[in-house]
Amino acid sequence: MLVNSACFGNLQDALAWPAGAAWPEDRPLSQWQREGDAAFRAPPVGTAYGTLLNHRAALAALGDAVHAAPYKAPPKAPVLYIKPRNTFAGQGDAIVVPAGVEELEVGATLGIVIGREACRVGEAEALSCVAGYIVCNDVSVPHASFYRPSLRFKCRDGFLPIGPWVVAARHVADPDALAVRVCIDGHLVQQTSTAGMQRPVARLIAEVSAFMTLTAGDLLMLGVAAGAPRARAGQRARIEIEGIGALENPLVAERAA
Amino acid sequence: MKHARVAWGGAVRSAVAAGGGLRLADGTLLAEEQVVWLPPLQPGTIIALGINYADHKKELAKELTLSAKDEPLAFLKGPNALVGHRGRTPRPADAAFMHYECELAVVIGRAATKVKRADAMAHVAGYTVANDYAVRDYLENWYRPNLRVKNRDGATALGPWLVDAAAVPEPHALELRTFVNGELKQHGNTRDLIDDIPALIEYLSSFMTLLPGDIILTGTPEGVVNVNPGDEVVCEIDGVGRLLNTIVGDEC
Repeated sequence: MLVNSACFGNLQDALAWPAGAAWPEDRPLSQWQREGDAAFRAPPVGTAYGTLLNHRAALAALGDAVHAAPYKAPPKAPVLYIKPRNTFAGQGDAIVVPAGVEELEVGATLGIVIGREACRVGEAEALSCVAGYIVCNDVSVPHASFYRPSLRFKCRDGFLPIGPWVVAARHVADPDALAVRVCIDGHLVQQTSTAGMQRPVARLIAEVSAFMTLTAGDLLMLGVAAGAPRARAGQRARIEIEGIGALENPLVAERAA
Repeated sequence: MKHARVAWGGAVRSAVAAGGGLRLADGTLLAEEQVVWLPPLQPGTIIALGINYADHKKELAKELTLSAKDEPLAFLKGPNALVGHRGRTPRPADAAFMHYECELAVVIGRAATKVKRADAMAHVAGYTVANDYAVRDYLENWYRPNLRVKNRDGATALGPWLVDAAAVPEPHALELRTFVNGELKQHGNTRDLIDDIPALIEYLSSFMTLLPGDIILTGTPEGVVNVNPGDEVVCEIDGVGRLLNTIVGDEC
């Protein structure tokens, strides 16, 4: 999808794209909230980057394994991966559980949407490159190794629901202290926060932009917390991030070919 | 037909190869040196293959912890990495080992979901040449090859041309060569691909829909050596193109 960078370069309130609308629109958050859990398309983001093991507890959960083969040492630079455009999905879109897979991992993470090109930016100026924030469900087929994971674990069609809207950065006082809750079929199964990251938002942008330019519309995900819950076909996964929004998607079984 | 995207006269224009140079849609004839070459298409998803030539696998065996390979080793790249023909690629000042990788790039022309090998080639729009640099100093054992090695700004040259699939009847019998400052350093042939083009399309489309504009970099043969600022690197694939790239320092 070609990104209209003007969407994000001048974001004032909250950008959403209602399922039936021709264009995304920037409106006060309260107006969108009145639409409840209506269907929304994914906002028109550019390249989506995920960050692995940014949550300190997620790295700690690996224990001594980080020093053993095949890793041999804890990560030095941010551990990044790309979620390609075929993974993008909106509020209400079904997440397909592939045949032969019991459960999917529900990866609740804050999405940082870039509003101004970030190239070699310092930590102090990094937040000025942010247009806003969005709720992301970075879905994975559960897998044990982070050495050279196959694309088929994270890059399946529809494996990155985002939405329902991008909340402008000016409405988010501290992106590094937001409560994150995951509910499966209405039951609270994980309660974490965007705090406790190895690299908080500004530092992550600074370290990534040291070698990789982020452009307006790009989506950089802060990282999934330790103990990501799992869900199966027939269930509904809902992710709420304080002050940002709630993203809900049903899981369905893959249809037989 | 060979297609290019160039900047000329203050606009981005499409062009085709004509008489050793280029012809714009309005008929204007230009020489290669008169235009700024852009990557020949606006990229969709960029997929790259690691270790897809048997000889390169042998070359890397000492430093790679290779495990039994039961599926192609594919990873993704962002559009920030691309530069066009005659572009510049920065070399980090603190790096000891940065190398080129000459690769046949396959451009998808028709959406592909769960496509079988026998039908795969019908989804190919055409081919171009890629030079996918790696800065080996930054290799870590997390999500290999990590983006700091493989997704640096300007570290994937692409072009000059997008060559229609019909003009490349035998994509699995193409000679690849890389010259550094005129000296032949890397030589291979696409007949030695471990996973050939239909195998890659069948594999990738089994779990992700490939869309028009998606690009698959099919991997590189043996013969990678370090390059330094000032080096001119030419990656050449018979019938597809000759891609020139210059290494520069990374100071502002």
